[in-house]
Amino acid sequence: MSFWQINWSLLQGFGNTCVIFFVTLVLAVPLGLVVTFGSMSRFAPLRWLTRAFVLVIRGTPLMLQIFIVFYVPGLVFGISTGSSRMIPALVAFVINYAAYFSEIYRGGIQSIPQSQYEAGQVLGMTRRQVFFRVVLLQVVKRILPPMSNEVITLVKDTSLARIIGVVELLKNAEHFAQYGLIWPLFYTGLFYLAFSGLVTLVFRWAEKKLDYYKG
Amino acid sequence: MLQVENIKKGFGGTKVLDGVGFTLEKGQVLSIIGSSGSGKTTLLRCLNFLETADEGRILLDGQTLWQTGAPCPPRQDRLRFGMVFQGFHLFPQYTALGNVTLAPKLQLKETLGRKVPLERLRAVEEQGRRLLAQVGLEDRINAYPCQLSGGQQQRVAIARALALAPDILCFDEPTSALDPELTGEVLRVILALKERRTTMIVVTHEMEFARAVSDQVVFMADGRVEEQGTPQQVFGAPQSPKTQAFLRRPGGWQQAL
Repeated sequence: MSFWQINWSLLQGFGNTCVIFFVTLVLAVPLGLVVTFGSMSRFAPLRWLTRAFVLVIRGTPLMLQIFIVFYVPGLVFGISTGSSRMIPALVAFVINYAAYFSEIYRGGIQSIPQSQYEAGQVLGMTRRQVFFRVVLLQVVKRILPPMSNEVITLVKDTSLARIIGVVELLKNAEHFAQYGLIWPLFYTGLFYLAFSGLVTLVFRWAEKKLDYYKG
Repeated sequence: MLQVENIKKGFGGTKVLDGVGFTLEKGQVLSIIGSSGSGKTTLLRCLNFLETADEGRILLDGQTLWQTGAPCPPRQDRLRFGMVFQGFHLFPQYTALGNVTLAPKLQLKETLGRKVPLERLRAVEEQGRRLLAQVGLEDRINAYPCQLSGGQQQRVAIARALALAPDILCFDEPTSALDPELTGEVLRVILALKERRTTMIVVTHEMEFARAVSDQVVFMADGRVEEQGTPQQVFGAPQSPKTQAFLRRPGGWQQAL
């Protein structure tokens, strides 16, 4: 097997890594906002419920959550999830990351001084208008650094999907071991590093983009 | 004419306003003075409905805007009051012009739907430019708040409040967060507004300014109006011992010595 053949094979695994990464990001970013609204709700039972959910998700390993989403529907409820391994993995990732994102959002939203809301209120703006026209962009600016942290973690966490048999980059590299090739396993590090590097650049660009104002 | 009657407001067990009332004629300026904690800011916040008073009545031109037990009035009634805060509270991600035009543009969008005719938006921007020129910032229209000095930021905040054409403009210690050399430019703007017959309520610690700009002065102590009258009466010949003590009090440095 040539170096290029192995690269080609690894790229296929990397494709799945990318699927987990982007699907999780696209779904968990908005879902996180929903969780945030729940955990900041004025309706106490909803607030407690959401906070309990976040506590459980953040307090248990993602690997365990992947197992649970994979096994529990079939074992407990007798629901067949088909042969897909990707879907349960994605469900676990989205839920897990939405919980983490929601706490970052909550921190961001609560760091915006009450005075911004009051300034909007005396100008006759509705709560909705104040949130979307005034507060949101300020929140985005403030949460970019912690979000970049979390998203870089996601790049590497995608490798956990292999425990239920999703053939992502690492699992793909592992199977070369049966041909006596160990180096592809180590070589995957470069893929992750390049991917994280790219994520870092994107976040740096976004931070620069929002650098035109302070506060 | 604004009539404020018997406003009471408490937070938890503390009574902050204990039956405050005054009247203010259209086109006149009312200054509210008094020590910290006397309820001046809370009174302004009740007038702007940032707080809902526990008791009392607020009438404007004979029409009751709010009275005991009523919920927060609808927006068009609340917008009859404008507010300028001690800490400016501009929206940092908008330019000076953006700060002034944001709320009027949103109102246009609400009344006319998504497709607001371009000339209506232009008119709002034109008005914004005019207001910023009125507060002496025609050359800083596209500056962001972080690029402006405190005095300039406060002047943008005044233009922003004026953009909604309130009947009564309230100022909550508009110069207290400013360096002494920047207070003049803000006070000049308020003085110019008085010349245009803007009805204003100014909470201030600038006694000389209050004396010069006001038609009426209210001295508050312990959540009550201790004394009120013309500047000549309140500053020249205060009747209440509390007012006398307040006006006699030495400046910060003298107190320290």
